[in-house]
Amino acid sequence: MPLNINGTLLRKQHRNHVTVRDALNQAMDEELERDERVFLMGEEVAQYDGAYKVSRGLWKKYGDKRIIDTPISEMGFAGIAVGAAMAGLRPICEFMTFNFSMQAIDQVINSAAKTYYMSAGLQPVPIVFRGPNGASAGVAAQHSQCFAAWYAHCPGLKVVSPWNSEDAKGLLKSAIRDDNPVVFLENELMYGVPFEMSEDSQSKDFTIPIGKAKIERQGNHVTLVSHSRFVGHCLDAAAVLAKEGIECEVINLRTIRPMDVESIETSVMKTNHLVTVEGGWPQFGVGAEICARVMEGSAFNFLDAPVTRVTGVDIPMPYAKILEDHSLPQVKDIIFSVKKTLNV
Amino acid sequence: MKTMLTVISNALCRITGKNVGAQTVPELLIDLSEYVNLTSPAAHASAQAQRQPPKPPPVSTRSSAASQLARAQLDQLDGPGARVAVTRNFADFTPQVTFDIKKCDLHRLEAGPPVKAELTREQGLQYYRTMQMVRRVELKADQLYKQKIIRGFCHLYDGQEACAAGIEAAISPSDHLITAYRAHGYTYTRGVSIRQILAELTGRKGGVAKGKGGSMHMYAPHFYGGNGIVGAQVPLGAGIALACQYRGNNQVCVTLYGDGAANQGQLFETFNMAALWKLPCVFICENNKYGMGTAVERAAASTDYYKRGDFIPGLRVDGMDVLSVREATRFAADHCRAGKGPIVMELQTYRYHGHSMSDPGVSYRTREEIQEVRSKSDPISLLRERMLSNNMASAEEFKEMDVEIRKEVDDAAQFATSDPEPPLEDLCNHVFSNNPPLDVRGTHPWSKLKSVS
Repeated sequence: MPLNINGTLLRKQHRNHVTVRDALNQAMDEELERDERVFLMGEEVAQYDGAYKVSRGLWKKYGDKRIIDTPISEMGFAGIAVGAAMAGLRPICEFMTFNFSMQAIDQVINSAAKTYYMSAGLQPVPIVFRGPNGASAGVAAQHSQCFAAWYAHCPGLKVVSPWNSEDAKGLLKSAIRDDNPVVFLENELMYGVPFEMSEDSQSKDFTIPIGKAKIERQGNHVTLVSHSRFVGHCLDAAAVLAKEGIECEVINLRTIRPMDVESIETSVMKTNHLVTVEGGWPQFGVGAEICARVMEGSAFNFLDAPVTRVTGVDIPMPYAKILEDHSLPQVKDIIFSVKKTLNV
Repeated sequence: MKTMLTVISNALCRITGKNVGAQTVPELLIDLSEYVNLTSPAAHASAQAQRQPPKPPPVSTRSSAASQLARAQLDQLDGPGARVAVTRNFADFTPQVTFDIKKCDLHRLEAGPPVKAELTREQGLQYYRTMQMVRRVELKADQLYKQKIIRGFCHLYDGQEACAAGIEAAISPSDHLITAYRAHGYTYTRGVSIRQILAELTGRKGGVAKGKGGSMHMYAPHFYGGNGIVGAQVPLGAGIALACQYRGNNQVCVTLYGDGAANQGQLFETFNMAALWKLPCVFICENNKYGMGTAVERAAASTDYYKRGDFIPGLRVDGMDVLSVREATRFAADHCRAGKGPIVMELQTYRYHGHSMSDPGVSYRTREEIQEVRSKSDPISLLRERMLSNNMASAEEFKEMDVEIRKEVDDAAQFATSDPEPPLEDLCNHVFSNNPPLDVRGTHPWSKLKSVS
């Protein structure tokens, strides 16, 4: 069922609803057209139309030179993409999932992220690494890891995690136009979800700034901070809690690094309660970082309770559906955590 | 003596246009007296005995350079006790010689680089200067490291100079080059001044990377470092080649790696893609026989590094001979520019120093071996001997150049040790390119630092 821009169900079909997949496709199409230095490379991106069909139609339109199918050689092709960026092109390097990026992680960190600094500004690396991140459905332990915390740990990288179609399009366009290495974390389960897109987002120059969070829902009692798919879970939980008179403010981080801590602090100074929600593991995760930052900053004194983190369970992802369902935050876990934090 | 006589008289023949050279020293002196005022009893006597020499003209009509020198020498010759002094003017030297060079071993190639290389005097002096400069800079770095003025990693290139000099002689500045961590030589050949190189090693703000990079992270236009992770530079190089192909600019990327890196998996991934897409990439393995402390026989099931590209053609080259390196690189670059795809080149070379400054370099090889290479195959000596024995330059010229180079290196070292360290305000800069300033957390929450692009 299509969702409107706030994530609530649309009662009737709108002409203007676009799936996350199509939004990503539009973003790449527009940027390929706008700047001939932009090109896409990865496994199955060209003739197969993309493993998840995100790059559908692009090879037909732009051909072999701009849309490049690679062999299964992550370390090799990621390095080639970084080299092309160093030489002045603007590659989009797709990892079929970010789990496979571990094979290439040296190129992402040591060749891409650190080079501008090591060269004292002589050598920029304008590259986007994109692909699905985190849990899917039934793909088990080796294909379900969330890499937000790993990549966001490193200076020199920007790490972006869109939730809805508007996020996907605006942030991907910004990422491609950015002169720095950007890790763009998509979510496979969101690809097929349609959202209403605003008028502004139809423009070919529509971009969303990297490093700025968005308040998806206003509220006074508690701040919920999340990224990617779980923003939707937060909004669902907020709808249920609203019936009980608890108004949640839901913040969609949009960017993990650099994190918009200011938006979180401003919200916490209003609500006095904070709950973070993510799909990744708890230790050294996004929520852990938010806790530390809030503690070190001006909002600490406004907290009426310690920050609560809602995270994936600290185990490798199991296969059986019932186990998988219980390995990730559910709406009821968020509701429970909010009530605990508010002591109601 | 006889050879010397022949050499000089041949030179004179070329200048004068005479067909027959002097057979004896007195004859030679007579011929020379046309250009120079010779005062020596022997010459005088012979002259009277054989034929009347023409009155020595104060200036030679042959060439202006010669005439200037001749003029300069005349004053010195007119006093009592003046010895025979022959002016060595530039017209005396052989302007160009064709040398025989070693034939390369070939892999999947019908024909290889030529077995003869032409060298002009100017080129020879230039290659000599380049190699000697690299040699002296590396030795200076050794000195500074032992004085603890250079810290951390320092991988020296002395012994391998012919590789850097020969490659640069074969490509143009608009081509691209990337190498691993033994990079000082290439940093120089790709256009960075020795001041900026030494100041980067000593971590000063005048360094090419403002002191932020160090030995392994120096960059210049069309030179992509300086890379610390063994083998990672190889896919990068193929990516740069992809950009050349994408733009259709007929440029190539020379991508260097060592015998140790040759066993990295990412190389084979890169070879596959480079061959598949026919990227204009010249892969060059600098085989200096040791990957850190491990001899090639202990690391590689096949030490024929020029064949390791399998479906990619390859050639094995004498990396101690700058002319061989140049001819082979030219051949390889032409291969790529012709759209034939990548090519692998193995340069057989040798490093005098250990792997890095923390490796004395004698636990896994003998001092005798190092000494033998130095005495029989030193690239700088090889070039100098070639030029001297073919009368392309004089020993004095080489000496003068050596003195000049030493002085330049000393001046650069002086700069590198006196230039201030980068200011603390620069600590967080250059994290992002073309970005508004951002806040960076310091070591504790109250330390709020700023980063600008």
